[in-house]
Amino acid sequence: MDNNLRREIIVDNASNPFHKETKGDDFIKANTHNESCIDNINLYVKIQDDKIIDAYFDGEACAITTSATSIMLKNIIGKRVDEARKIMIEYYKMINEEEYNEEELGELNAYSDISKQASRKKCAILPFQTLEKTFKIYEK
Amino acid sequence: MNREDFLMFENNKDLIYFDNGATTFKPKKVIHKIVDYYSKYTANAHRGDYDISLKVDDEYESTREVVRKFINAKNTSEIIFTKGTTDSMNMIVFGFMKYYLKKDDEVLITKTEHASNVLPWFELEKELGIVVKFIPLTSDYKVTLDNLKKVVTSKTKVISLAHVTNVIGDIRPIKEISEYAHSNDIKIVVDGAQSVPHLKTDVEDSDIDFLAFSAHKMLGPTGVGVLYGKQDLLEVMHPLNYGGGMNSFFESTKELEYKELPLRLEAGTQNIAGVLGLKEAILYLENIGMDKIHEYEVTLKKYLLEKLKDIDNVEVYNPLSESGIVIFNLKDIFAEDTSRYLNHYNICVRAGNHCSKMVKDEIEVKNTCRISLYLYNTKEEIDKLIEVLKNSKNIYDIIL
Repeated sequence: MDNNLRREIIVDNASNPFHKETKGDDFIKANTHNESCIDNINLYVKIQDDKIIDAYFDGEACAITTSATSIMLKNIIGKRVDEARKIMIEYYKMINEEEYNEEELGELNAYSDISKQASRKKCAILPFQTLEKTFKIYEK
Repeated sequence: MNREDFLMFENNKDLIYFDNGATTFKPKKVIHKIVDYYSKYTANAHRGDYDISLKVDDEYESTREVVRKFINAKNTSEIIFTKGTTDSMNMIVFGFMKYYLKKDDEVLITKTEHASNVLPWFELEKELGIVVKFIPLTSDYKVTLDNLKKVVTSKTKVISLAHVTNVIGDIRPIKEISEYAHSNDIKIVVDGAQSVPHLKTDVEDSDIDFLAFSAHKMLGPTGVGVLYGKQDLLEVMHPLNYGGGMNSFFESTKELEYKELPLRLEAGTQNIAGVLGLKEAILYLENIGMDKIHEYEVTLKKYLLEKLKDIDNVEVYNPLSESGIVIFNLKDIFAEDTSRYLNHYNICVRAGNHCSKMVKDEIEVKNTCRISLYLYNTKEEIDKLIEVLKNSKNIYDIIL
């Protein structure tokens, strides 16, 4: 991905994040503090019959975490849990510099270079770690 | 001042280090002392009858005297070497207060304390049923005697405060509080992690009961600190560690006797290299003079605050605090992004809540960037910081 486009996607989503709103008890809520830094987001996910019908987030986080959460939500709403997990797997492969399917990830490809900055990897995977937490709660 | 004494500056030519509240650089004298111990006279303390071991004893015990003098304690037996402030605080809470306090007794702290002056008390609250209460702060986040009096009751038994807080950087009127506390039969515990390195400390004058501080925040090595306690209080403190070095004898009949202070509270082989390094750090600070260090930091801080005023998108949260700590954010930028941006220009600041997770209740901002100054920082470094902050419009070009 072109460097300017990549930056534009991240800054757009960090400045005007998608579905950044606090939700109530009718959503599954999960929080993940990033152990090594101070990103702190709550994810609110509504799942019916294994399908993610809505999702929001709130909290305080850096540009990488905020934008990655925003893009992740755009990508997973309307998908089934197993489909979201497929995206997650491809995303982790990309972050870990393994072969991955670019088409599955859309705007998430903006983070393909993140592995060059080890400290930012944790910020980039935080939204998916939190999403997995909500899936675990749903599956209990 | 004295930058030539620090190898970190020799080895990192353009580095600007503004995170002295987290830890400090070590002067060559401290490093050499540690290297000498490991290369010329390595031996255990209080164990051998041979020359190098006796030298270690001399060095180790003379450090106690250097610390005593530095904080103006009455006796060397009131100086206990620990792993650091956190260790000292835990010894105070679980070695003394656990036996001194009883259910419903009240302990007063504030929401701007560091975790090490909060969590031990929270744990003791669960264990013993004491009540931890918060002293209300003034609008500029200070502790005053008037505010303190509002929450003192007949059940208040302890006031536990940082002398200088690690986020706001306000200096508490410890002597005044101590006087009031003692007239009401209240013990006073002081977290000196951010004050002992920067201000003249006098435990006799302030008459405090306990003091905890760390070597690494005052030019000394990591992993070593000090617990000061009044003699009569330390006499009844329970050791948290039992084993070698702290016992006089023990028999298979279970008959045993522990040593007198201070060794009774220093079980196991101590951080000898660390203690020796601490001595050099104190001698180094004393050689410059604590009053001069404080004065210099205040001058730097005033200069920094004045310069920050020129930048529109900088918000400073503690302009009125008296220590060398400044907390700020760039407008609409997350603190961690700002610290990464500054890192790009080799400027080290801390981003986050600085181990004081209740501060957000007071300043209503969860995360900030913290600049904490020390004697080797300069106005030129501040000028560089200001220049970089002024050009921060391109922050995302730099960090993304």
